[in-house]
Amino acid sequence: MSQPLIDLVHISKTYDGTMVLDDLNLSVKENEFVTLLGPSGCGKTTTLRIIGGFETPDTGKVIFGGTDISKLPPNKRQLNTVFQKYALFTHMNIADNIAFGLKIKGKSKAYIDDKIKYALKLVNLEGYEKRTVDSLSGGQQQRIAIARAIVNEPKVLLLDEPLGALDLKLRQDMQYELIRLKNELGITFIYVTHDQEEALTMSDTIVVMNQGYIQQTGTPEQIYNEPENAFVADFIGESNIVPGIMLRDELVEIFGAKFACVDKGFGTNKPVDVVIRPEDIDLVEPEKGVLTGVCTHLIFKGVHYEMEVTTPDGFEWLVHSTDMCPVGKEVGIHVDPFDIQIMNKPASEDEEAVGTNE
Amino acid sequence: MNKKILAGPYLVWMIGFVIIPLALIVYYGLTDRSGAFTMANVLSITKPEHIKALMLSLALSFISTVICLLLAFPLSMILRNRGMGKGSFIVFLFILPMWMNFLLRTLAWQTLLEKNGVINGILTALGLPRQNLINTPGAIVLGMVYNFLPFMVLPIYNVLCKIDDNTVNAARDLGAGFWQTLIHIWIPLSLPGIISGITMVFVPALTTFVISNLLGGSKILLIGNVIEQEFMKSSNWNLGSGLSLVLMVFILISMALIAKYDKNGEGSTF
Repeated sequence: MSQPLIDLVHISKTYDGTMVLDDLNLSVKENEFVTLLGPSGCGKTTTLRIIGGFETPDTGKVIFGGTDISKLPPNKRQLNTVFQKYALFTHMNIADNIAFGLKIKGKSKAYIDDKIKYALKLVNLEGYEKRTVDSLSGGQQQRIAIARAIVNEPKVLLLDEPLGALDLKLRQDMQYELIRLKNELGITFIYVTHDQEEALTMSDTIVVMNQGYIQQTGTPEQIYNEPENAFVADFIGESNIVPGIMLRDELVEIFGAKFACVDKGFGTNKPVDVVIRPEDIDLVEPEKGVLTGVCTHLIFKGVHYEMEVTTPDGFEWLVHSTDMCPVGKEVGIHVDPFDIQIMNKPASEDEEAVGTNE
Repeated sequence: MNKKILAGPYLVWMIGFVIIPLALIVYYGLTDRSGAFTMANVLSITKPEHIKALMLSLALSFISTVICLLLAFPLSMILRNRGMGKGSFIVFLFILPMWMNFLLRTLAWQTLLEKNGVINGILTALGLPRQNLINTPGAIVLGMVYNFLPFMVLPIYNVLCKIDDNTVNAARDLGAGFWQTLIHIWIPLSLPGIISGITMVFVPALTTFVISNLLGGSKILLIGNVIEQEFMKSSNWNLGSGLSLVLMVFILISMALIAKYDKNGEGSTF
């Protein structure tokens, strides 16, 4: 789990004068589940298509297992793709769809039949060999698309928003299916999605992208708990991003109130951005809080209540809590030191896109 | 308000210009001059000169259809992959000649191919021997291909445009090279358009008599010419209708093929 399998080196790509990827560097280890996460137009799908061979980068190299494959066409690459809208061959039955890659490679009929059986079993669709593509539901078609890719025993499976077209319940089931599949097959998954929950659930490593730049790379915990900039904090989950002043190590001032935190090394009296997750805010009695405010909004969300607490400076704090605070009531805000995440302020708008800690 | 009334004009048209003429052809085809029932008109297709004309028609239409297909498929592939903007301009260029009269365009070819025509003029100017171009089966095939090529290009272009890029990408991703993708993906998925195109070229080519009249002279008789002569010159409507009925069988076979392969109505409309 340590060998780098794929290296993207200084990849740039422009479409009709618009920069889609700018000097992108990414390393994917063997047997890793990597998710490229970002809003639409951030370059994540382009990155995947460059790895798959469907796009040629303007500059830079794709290194696969030590060799440069930048110039290889897709059919010569040892990886397979699961496409967004399944892209099954509608003029073939399920067995022929799965067998396609193996037939092209000239495998024996017995081998192919074995593989079809094995793949259908793996995706829980045994006995579907003779079915037509049209007779399958979206979720089933997606599984066949996965089966069609994995029978070729690729070293890497590329998945381009494979669950995007499925409904919520099915999507959640398929997430667990994919984790199980990856563990059983022991191959590298590179997964593209704009759904942060999907990314957090499945990935070993998340690569957050925006406007053609990698914003942050890390484990789901790192990405969620220690976002490196406001974009990541905002994109992954909901968060309160407030301006603050780092008075000294482990002490930050927000709206005139002093909060203890665990971050160091920002210097003294330095303006920073502070990220506090809505579920990390404790609502307490007004006199016990570091800040006080009035609850201005209350919605029941099932698992928790969603509330807005407006502090005298006018900032609306988003709070998730299982305890209810009625609208109009004055409350105190308390945050544990380790729940406060300090980020450098971006020096310019450009830098906001690049990320500050690179 | 009964909407059926809106179909009225069309119904009158259908009855007056399709149903009644068809019925008349069936009537004339199955009767002799005195009006008695006979199969002689239909069976006269077995006469050597009629068989010869039918076979020649089938052969020339078949060759024209194959040439059209071989020209149209690669062209449609190129058009599709050019992307919408540029592609539709080339499609426009293709449709453009169709707006000019069919007879005029064929007459133009006559002028080009004649013994003292433009092509032979250029050849002699270059010091090359004159070629016998007009009044050959080749000239008829040329005329058919020239006139019917758009009918092959458009349905094929139409289905090719509906094939999702990712379906093709998936095939390449699974290891298929250019030819394998062509054989296993492009051709099977564009089959409705191909069948449509084949029918739309083959049927008019099979029944034409204008192209063979203008470019084949009186030397080469297609089945269309034979039928035309029975009606116009011999005034033997019964024999002409009988042969038409035989020809209609071939057309119906083509239509049955459309119905079988073109279930979604793709390709037949453009």
